[in-house]
Amino acid sequence: MNDIQLPAIDYAALLPMLIVFGAACVGILVEAFAPRGWRFVIQVSLTIGGLVAGLVAIIVNRDLEITTIGGAVTVDGPGLFLQGAIIILGIVSLGLIAERRLERGGPFVAEAAHAANSDGDKRQEREPGATEVFPLTLFAIAGMMLFCVSGDLLTMFVALEVFSLPLYLLCGLARRRRLISQEAALKYFLLGAFASAFFLYGVALLYGYAGTVSLTGIREGVLQSEQSGILLAAGLALLAIGLLFKAAAVPFHVWTPDVYQGAPTPVTALMAACTKAAAFGGLLRVFNVAFETTAWDWQPVLATVAILTMVVGSILAVAQTDIKRLLAYSSVANAGYLLVGVVSLNGAVGSSLFYLIAYGFSVLGAFAMVTLVRDSEGEATHLSRWAGLGKGSPLFSALFTFLMLGFAGIPLTSGFTSKFALFSSAWDSDQSVLVIVGVLSSVVLAFPYLKVVVLLWLNPPGEETPTVSVPSMLTRAVIFAGVAVTFVLGVAPSFLLDIVADAGPFLAK
Amino acid sequence: MDSITYAPATGALSSMWLLVAIPALSATVLLLLGRRADKWGHWLGVASVLASFVLGVTYFLQLRGIDGTGNKSLSVDLFEFIHIGDLNVSVGLLFDPLTAVFVLLITGVGFLIHLYAVGYMSHDPGRRRFFAYFNLFVAAMLLLVLGDNYVMLYAGWEGVGLASYLLISFWSDRPAAATAGKKAFLINRVGDVGFALAIFLMFATFGTTNYADVFNGVLASEAGQTVSAGVLLAMGLLLLLGACGKSGQFPLQTWLPDAMEGPTPVSALIHAATMVTAGVYMIARSQVIFNANETAQTVVVSIGALTLLIGCVIGCAKDGIKRVLAYSTVSQIGYMFLAVGLGGGAYALGIIHLLAHGFFKAGLFLGAGSVMHGMKDQEDIRRFGGLWKYMRITWATFGLGYLAIIGIPPLSGFFTKDPIILAAFNREGWTGWLFGSAALLGAGLTAFYMTRLFVLTFHGRPRWQKEGEGGAHAASATDAHGAHADAHGAAIARTEDGRDIQHPHESPWIMTVPLMLLAVGSVAAGWLMSTSVVDWLTPVFGEHEEGHAHLTHTQVTIATVAVTVLGVALGYLLFRGGTSLVEQPARTHLVRAARNNLYADRFNELVFELPGRLLTRALVWVDNRGVDGIVNGLAAAFGGGSGRLRRLQTGYVRTYALSILSGAFLIVAALLAVRLG
Repeated sequence: MNDIQLPAIDYAALLPMLIVFGAACVGILVEAFAPRGWRFVIQVSLTIGGLVAGLVAIIVNRDLEITTIGGAVTVDGPGLFLQGAIIILGIVSLGLIAERRLERGGPFVAEAAHAANSDGDKRQEREPGATEVFPLTLFAIAGMMLFCVSGDLLTMFVALEVFSLPLYLLCGLARRRRLISQEAALKYFLLGAFASAFFLYGVALLYGYAGTVSLTGIREGVLQSEQSGILLAAGLALLAIGLLFKAAAVPFHVWTPDVYQGAPTPVTALMAACTKAAAFGGLLRVFNVAFETTAWDWQPVLATVAILTMVVGSILAVAQTDIKRLLAYSSVANAGYLLVGVVSLNGAVGSSLFYLIAYGFSVLGAFAMVTLVRDSEGEATHLSRWAGLGKGSPLFSALFTFLMLGFAGIPLTSGFTSKFALFSSAWDSDQSVLVIVGVLSSVVLAFPYLKVVVLLWLNPPGEETPTVSVPSMLTRAVIFAGVAVTFVLGVAPSFLLDIVADAGPFLAK
Repeated sequence: MDSITYAPATGALSSMWLLVAIPALSATVLLLLGRRADKWGHWLGVASVLASFVLGVTYFLQLRGIDGTGNKSLSVDLFEFIHIGDLNVSVGLLFDPLTAVFVLLITGVGFLIHLYAVGYMSHDPGRRRFFAYFNLFVAAMLLLVLGDNYVMLYAGWEGVGLASYLLISFWSDRPAAATAGKKAFLINRVGDVGFALAIFLMFATFGTTNYADVFNGVLASEAGQTVSAGVLLAMGLLLLLGACGKSGQFPLQTWLPDAMEGPTPVSALIHAATMVTAGVYMIARSQVIFNANETAQTVVVSIGALTLLIGCVIGCAKDGIKRVLAYSTVSQIGYMFLAVGLGGGAYALGIIHLLAHGFFKAGLFLGAGSVMHGMKDQEDIRRFGGLWKYMRITWATFGLGYLAIIGIPPLSGFFTKDPIILAAFNREGWTGWLFGSAALLGAGLTAFYMTRLFVLTFHGRPRWQKEGEGGAHAASATDAHGAHADAHGAAIARTEDGRDIQHPHESPWIMTVPLMLLAVGSVAAGWLMSTSVVDWLTPVFGEHEEGHAHLTHTQVTIATVAVTVLGVALGYLLFRGGTSLVEQPARTHLVRAARNNLYADRFNELVFELPGRLLTRALVWVDNRGVDGIVNGLAAAFGGGSGRLRRLQTGYVRTYALSILSGAFLIVAALLAVRLG
């Protein structure tokens, strides 16, 4: 009997993920052993502590470039950058998750499984929310971190499930409008499972083609394999579908508006910022490492998906009447812009990473502000209710206007610099058609944002204008971070662009 | 042309960023302090623009001190803005003769407008906010003309767009203002797309967006044919699209007259004297690109000629005092486009017409505001008449502006418009006759509609009733033009025969002093500009060359003056006896078309808005019902009965799954097709 050779493990390279996973596991133990009254404080400090420690570990690792655990994990510049981005955006969105002043007991309920409007469900309305959301969030973030540095497709699949399952659960925990929250969770779960199946089938076909699931192995296999090209093409397509689903690209975007609307807004914010970063981190790595040499085959198809995503996302955003659905479609359109970066391959990796950070902060700020507009029913997300808010709440409206202008890509906001950087590097990579469609669709997309601005300032207030609640320091900090980063990256983006440039290309050895 | 180099700025000029920073800082302070700054905020706004003006004059004098052979283009690099891959965009500023005249125009005229607004907005509770936006506008406009690369130009470009949007919809409780603001924003975005694509194209072609590098690249490619003519043409046309959006040129002219919904006439003024000239600036700045491509130049000239006629024709048919002036702006900018499209020495002619226009149009708009101020915000010229007795300063200054715009010698319009018409006639080939005649016809039409405006407003018998006279008991009726007239919410009382009851009076000194200063400019500036400013701009545009002489200077001058006098005479004879109080039914198609803005809005609605709306509706339908909907819809269509079409609700998971599955099928099929095909 042969001895199983244990692969060498570089614990230093894995440290950031180990810390976050470890904190998540400790969080579960806290749920089991800590007294109920203490759990919230312990969990919040543990979560933030774990994430900050993970971030420190990433900063220490910043120059690392290594493949470890037998090729399962590839730590490289872009991977570390993405991990850092996910952690930072995660810390910011934690401010929304831990907010307990806007809603008594926080934005979550204790149990997701109670049938809506049942007695148990009504009882838990007044009880404090589940503190399990914190370890769940940590697991999701750790899974996303692993997803961005996966060196082979199986690790990637495991990571995909690790970060998806907690998100499915979190979606169903909204304190208000229980029914659409549960519906969102179920839809997301069913469709997510569906997409995972595509992903896994793609992995199987690619294994059949290249004889390996490692990304670099597939890259070499493309040049040497004697198998039929059909295996490669079909495998690539199915794999891409699984990834495009998470990235919310058309026609795999259908879940996005329903889930964004139904999920508790802090979770929506987490998905819009972190999941987007993770999904595109995965897409960028897969296409840049495994399939760069076959670019001629898939580029036209992915370019078509990008065009569809930009056009459909921006046009449908025009027709929305709910602010969360509007932001959902805007996130679909932004996925289209990011796909332009994916199609442009190496030339646009840096600007795609920059875009993810810029967009992530703006969207966190925007969703944080959505949580503030409330009436007795909870958040008032229908746009008609937002009419005339500028009269009573000028500061709120001014900040939201700024974020909307940022999304619309007006100069002096990160929306302009990030789009400019992304489109110019795409044009430089000979993707001029995509850039033209991108610029045109961003004009269309400016319209819904403008509609919100007009609504805030120019329309007369309705009969029951909701109030803008005063949140605790946590949500204030999130809004401040969103607005400040949107502004700073719009005025002086070069420091972040330098970091992105230093991150270099994906490690393809 | 030799290659273009910018020398690093020294001395006072190295602090030229202050020009932008001072008004920007003032705007920030005014916005952040909120109501605490209500008492003194407007004076801060005025002072910041005055400071910029003083700085501008200082820099101008320093630039003038550089003797003949020295490099008069001074640049300063502030910091790196975007650096990614090969792309390097820095925040850099450039001060050259062209920028200098714009800085003086923006800060000089801007200062007078600020001063005037202190009086005009004195009763408005939002005055501080208004000055904040106004400062923001000045800062963005200065950034626009000071930038040393196209990205800075774009940043300023969007900045003035934003400020103008805020100013147009300033009186947001008026639906017309909100709609006009939206329209301006959207049409400008269409132009901005062109501009943005031009920048990307530049970056891809030359690897940079700096003026000097791009222009040298174009010059080098002219010599070595390294860049194809198609690319240069595309670059020129895309830039032109941007310029047309901002400057209200055909086919994007419709937003400009609507923009007059802003606080009268102050924000209307930025849409007349300063912001809308940004397109002219952009083309003049990009002269190297346009010079390199004759087709692009021809398009610019054609758009200029067409727009100047469109503006004149519609201007003849409008009754609102601001509307007429707005269309005259469209038409005058048409002249500037015509000039900069002609190339060569005509660039300078376009710029001097722009400067002269800045003065007299500012005077006219402020005069219009002064009239409205004294006439309870009525703006329908049918309801004025004989006002010269009641507001003499306004009458005199408005009259000088009027004589200047129609080009009566020796006022400024004569010295600046006349050379443009001459240059148009002397364009090579038959197009010279075409464009020259258009420009000449425009001069006649301008004289006609401006005479109509002037005579109906200030002369003839009053078509209103003085307060407390005639024993008329006021029948309180809402004005037919209520949306325009009751800016401050008050309906104007009417007599029984439908005339307004008015109490006309002259405006306070803070409004009349700027009027007088601008009138002096309208009178004196023309001669000054036609010589010294052209010389001043020579380092930027090169020497003026005489073209083919179809006509001599004297012939053109005589023709222009003759046509102008004819227009004035016609206008005077037709309208000296006044006019009816309400619009008469149109008897000819031309009048009907002109009253409907030559159907430009209708055209936009049919060609752009309708398909857009249909596409949106179709996509929403598909998105709501998913592939199920399409399949069932097809089944119903083929099965021949709506009974089969099950009504599908949105949001079924199976619908979504089917949509994903179909997408998956398509993608797999497409990839296989690419792979095997």
